[in-house]
Amino acid sequence: MTDFTEVPRSIEDVLNARETLTSRREFLQRSGALVVSFGAAGVPGGDLLAAAVQAGGPTPDRIAGPYPDPDYLQLDTWVAIHADNTATFFVGKTDLGQGTGTAFRQMMSDELDIAFEATRVVMGSTDVTPDQGGSGGSDAIQTDGWPMRRVAAEARRILLEMASERFGVPVEGLHAEDAVVSVRSDPSRTATYAELIGDRRFNVTLTGRNVNSVSGVAEVKPVQDLRMVGRSPQRHDIPAKVDGSLEWAVDVRLPGMVHARNVRPPVAGATLRGYDEASVRDLPGFVRVVARGNYLAVVCEREEQAIEAARRLEADWEAPSRAPFPTSDDLYAYMRGATPTSSSDPALVGDPDAALRRAARVIEADYEVPFQGHTALGPAHALADPSDGQMTIYSNDMKSYGMRNGIAEFLDMPRDQVRVVWMEGPQAFGRTAADDAGFEAAFLAKELGRPVRVQWSREEESAWDTKGPAFAIRLRGGLDEGGELIAFDYDARAADYNHVGYNEVETVLISQLMGTRLDTPNQGRAATPSEMYAIPNRRMSTHVVRLPLIWETPLRTGNLRDPNGPQVTFASESFIDELAAAAGADPVAFRLKLLEGSTEDDGGFKRARSIATVRAAAEAYGWDPRPSPKPLDTGRTLTGRGIAYAYRSQTVVAEIAEVEVDRETGRVWVRRLVCAHDCGLVINPEALRRAVECGMLHSLSRALHEEVQFDDEKVLSVDWVTHPSLRHRDTPERIDVVIVNGDPNPERPDLPHYGAGETVCKPLIAAVANAIFDATGVRVRRVPFRPERVLAALQEAGL
Amino acid sequence: MSLVTLRVNGTEHTVDVDPSTRLLYVLRNDLGLRGPRFGCGLGQCGACTVIIDGVATRSCTTLTSRVQGEITTLEGLSPDGDLDPVQLAWIEEQVPQCGFCQNGQIMTAKALLDRNPDPTDEEIRTGMQRALCRCMTYYRVQAAIKRAAATMRQGAPDAEETAR
Ligand code: FES
Ligand code: FES
Repeated sequence: MTDFTEVPRSIEDVLNARETLTSRREFLQRSGALVVSFGAAGVPGGDLLAAAVQAGGPTPDRIAGPYPDPDYLQLDTWVAIHADNTATFFVGKTDLGQGTGTAFRQMMSDELDIAFEATRVVMGSTDVTPDQGGSGGSDAIQTDGWPMRRVAAEARRILLEMASERFGVPVEGLHAEDAVVSVRSDPSRTATYAELIGDRRFNVTLTGRNVNSVSGVAEVKPVQDLRMVGRSPQRHDIPAKVDGSLEWAVDVRLPGMVHARNVRPPVAGATLRGYDEASVRDLPGFVRVVARGNYLAVVCEREEQAIEAARRLEADWEAPSRAPFPTSDDLYAYMRGATPTSSSDPALVGDPDAALRRAARVIEADYEVPFQGHTALGPAHALADPSDGQMTIYSNDMKSYGMRNGIAEFLDMPRDQVRVVWMEGPQAFGRTAADDAGFEAAFLAKELGRPVRVQWSREEESAWDTKGPAFAIRLRGGLDEGGELIAFDYDARAADYNHVGYNEVETVLISQLMGTRLDTPNQGRAATPSEMYAIPNRRMSTHVVRLPLIWETPLRTGNLRDPNGPQVTFASESFIDELAAAAGADPVAFRLKLLEGSTEDDGGFKRARSIATVRAAAEAYGWDPRPSPKPLDTGRTLTGRGIAYAYRSQTVVAEIAEVEVDRETGRVWVRRLVCAHDCGLVINPEALRRAVECGMLHSLSRALHEEVQFDDEKVLSVDWVTHPSLRHRDTPERIDVVIVNGDPNPERPDLPHYGAGETVCKPLIAAVANAIFDATGVRVRRVPFRPERVLAALQEAGL
Repeated sequence: MSLVTLRVNGTEHTVDVDPSTRLLYVLRNDLGLRGPRFGCGLGQCGACTVIIDGVATRSCTTLTSRVQGEITTLEGLSPDGDLDPVQLAWIEEQVPQCGFCQNGQIMTAKALLDRNPDPTDEEIRTGMQRALCRCMTYYRVQAAIKRAAATMRQGAPDAEETAR
C-alpha cells in the first residue's frame, strides 16, 4: 500500500502536478461526469449553469470553457479508487484550520471500509471538487458530512456488487474491510478494491435535488459500526505547516507575474478626482497605475517596488460633504437615537408588560458591543492568472465557489472560464465571504494581461476588512416575591444595514469603489438569544439601524465567526446573571431552574442537552453553589467565577471563566476556562478540543481587547498597537474541555453530528463579565473590558 | 539595485536588489522560501520571524543590506528532513489551527529554547509575547514549548510529564 504520510497535504499535491490535474479532469470527462452543454438546465445538476446563463447571458457557444462544474450526481465526482488500492475523496468544502478535512476522511473511510491512512482528500477547488459552497456556518460536519458519508457508502455497495458477480456469491456472503472484499465462507477468496475498479470509473448516477441531498442506494452505517469516527488521528495538514513545506495561497509564483498594491481613500466616502502618474512613473519596476471610479492601484514588477509606489502615488481625493459615521465614542448614542431601517415582529410569549407591572422587582440594563473586525493575521491576498483567455485565481477564499461566480459576473466572463484554486491561508471566520483581494487580482490580471498578485497591507486589512456589527441591547426583567423570573424583555439594535453577501459582486470593496450598488441593500439582522429557558412572559424585539455611509465604507458589516452570537449572548447571559444576583440565587442553580421549568423539547433534545451541559460544566469546574458577588477579597487581586450557556443550531455549550482582576490597574486575566460541549457525535475529539480552546480564546480576545475605533471620517484601529489582540500573556493557565453526550438515548445508532466550532464563541464574553461581577460586585456592560475601562468602573464603585 | 550576498540555511545566495529592500521580500520572492510570511510589515506580529545568529529577528523590518550573520528560516530547522524537537512537539501537541502565524511561534520558541532550555511558565509567556496568533493557539503553543524543552533536556520525548 502506498505510504500516504506526505500525500494528504490538501490540494497542492494535485494541483502542482499538472499531469495529475489534467488526468483528473480527463477522468471526469471520460466518466461522463461533466455536463457541458447549453441544455444543462434540463439535466440534474444543471440549475447553476442555467442560473449563470440567465444572469450573465453567455451565448451557447461561449459556455464550453475549460472549467465547468463537476457533476455532483456522478459518484466519480466524489470518490476515486486508485490502482494502488488507495482512495481520494473530492469534497467542496474548505478547511479553515479546524481539521475538517481530516474529519471528512475519517467519516468517508469508515463508510467505504478503507483504512484512513490509505485515503486523501482534495478540497474546495471549483473545477475539481463538487460545489458544496465552501465553508461557513460551522456546517461542514453537520450538513455536508451526510452526502459525503452517503456517497462513500454507495461506493462500497457498488464494490460489493462487483465482488458478488466475480465470486458468484451474494453480497450477504461477502465481507469488506481495509479495501479488500472477502468471501465469508472462504476467506482465501479475496479481491482488493483496486482489482475491482482501480483507476476505472464507477459510472454510477446518484439521486438528489441538490448537493446536500445527494444519495445512492446504500445506507450509512450505524454509529456503533464506525471505527475512525470518534478517534483522533493527527490532522494531515499540520506537518507541512510546521516544516515550512506547504505551499499556501500567498506562496504561488508564476512566470511573468507582477505585484499590485491598492491605494485607499484617505477618508471614507472620498471621491478620486485624479492622480499624478509622474509621481511614480520613474520608480524602478513601475508597470502601471490602474484607476476605475474610486478604485486605485499601482502595479510593479517587484513586491517592495509596489509597496513604495503605492506610498508615493499622489492622488487627489475629495472628502464627502457629510460625515460618513459618528465617532466610535458617539456610536451607541447614535444607534439609540436612529430610526430603524427595519424592525422584526417581536417574538412574544405571555404578557410581558403585565408581568413587569406586577413584578416585585424590575431590573433594567443596557449592553453595548462595538464593531469588531476579523483582522486576520495575514492580510487579504490572491494571485490571478489570465493565461489563454481564462481566469484562474489562487486563493484562500473559504467560499471559493461563490467567488468563482462573482468574479465571472464582475469580469463578464462565462463561469466555466473562471476557476478558483483553493489553498490554505490565514484564518477566515467569515472574512473571505467577501474576498476583496481575489476580485482585485482578477480585475487587474484582465486589465494587464499578466498574472497579478494582490496583497493588502496591515493597515488596509485592519481598517477595511468586514466587521461584525455593533449592538446596543436594552433588557428588562421582572422577578416575583419568591425571586422567580416572570418577565423578560429584550430589545436589540444592530448597526448592520447593508450586510455583505457571499462574494456577490456588490459585496466586495473594489466593485463598490467602482460604483456598483444594489437597488435594495441587504436589510441586515439583529439576532435574539439562543437558550432554552422557560420564562412565562417574554418579548424579543430586534431592529437594524444604518450609519450615514453604507457603500465604500470601512464599517462594512459581514459575518464574523458566529455572527451576532457573542454580542447577543453577552447581553442576555449577563442579564440572566444580574437577575440571579437580584434574586439572591446561585447562577448555576438559577439557570438550571429556568431550563427545568418546562418539559417541552425539540427534535434534537436541546433542552435535555442544555441541562446536561450546564451540569457538566459546573461539575468539571468544581462549582460551589452561592450567589454572586462573593465577599470582596482583601488583597490587590480580586478573583471570581462566572458561567454562561448558549446553543447554536443543535450544538449546546456551557462555559465557566475564572478571573483575576487587578484592583490597581484594572487588568483582567482569565486564569481558567471550562467548556462543556455537546455537538452530538464527535468525529475527532482531539481536533474538537483544540477548536473549542481556540474559539473560546478568540471570544476572550473580543471580550478583553478588540474594538474598532474611528473618528467621524476614518477607522483609527489600523495595526496591532491601535487594535490590540489577545497575546501569550493573556492565556489561561488551564482550559478544560468536557465533551458531553446529553442525548436522552446516548447510544442511539443514528446519533447526528452537529457543527462544533462557532457555538463556543457565544457565551464566553458573558462568562467573563459574570466572573468580573462575582469578583468585584461591579457589572461591566460594555465590551471590551480594557484595563482603563474596568479600572474606571471599579473606582466609580468605590473599590 | 545592487548585489547582496546572504547566507541562508547554510547556503550562500547573491541577489540583485535595492539594498533597502526588507529581508522578508528577498527571502520569499527571490529565494522562494515559504516559512517567513507577511503579517504586518511593521514588526508587530512575528509572522516574518527568522533567526539570525541565534536571535529571533523580524525580517519585515530588517534591511537586506544590513544583514551580517547566518539566517535560519523555518525550512532550515530540519535541513535533512529530520524535524527539530520544537517541530516534533508542535505536531505532537497538534498546535496549529490555520497555521499562518506558526512560523513566528516556532522560530520565536526555537530561539527562546536555545537561549533558555528550561524556561518557566512566566518566561515562556514573556518570551513569546510578541508572537501574535489570531487563531489563538497560545495554550497549545505553550504546552508544545514545555514538551520540546523536556525532550531537548532528556534527549527523548517525555509525553507523560508535559502533555496537558
Ligand atoms: S510581518 Fe514582520 S512582524 Fe508582522
Ligand atoms: S494558527 Fe492561525 S493565526 Fe495562528
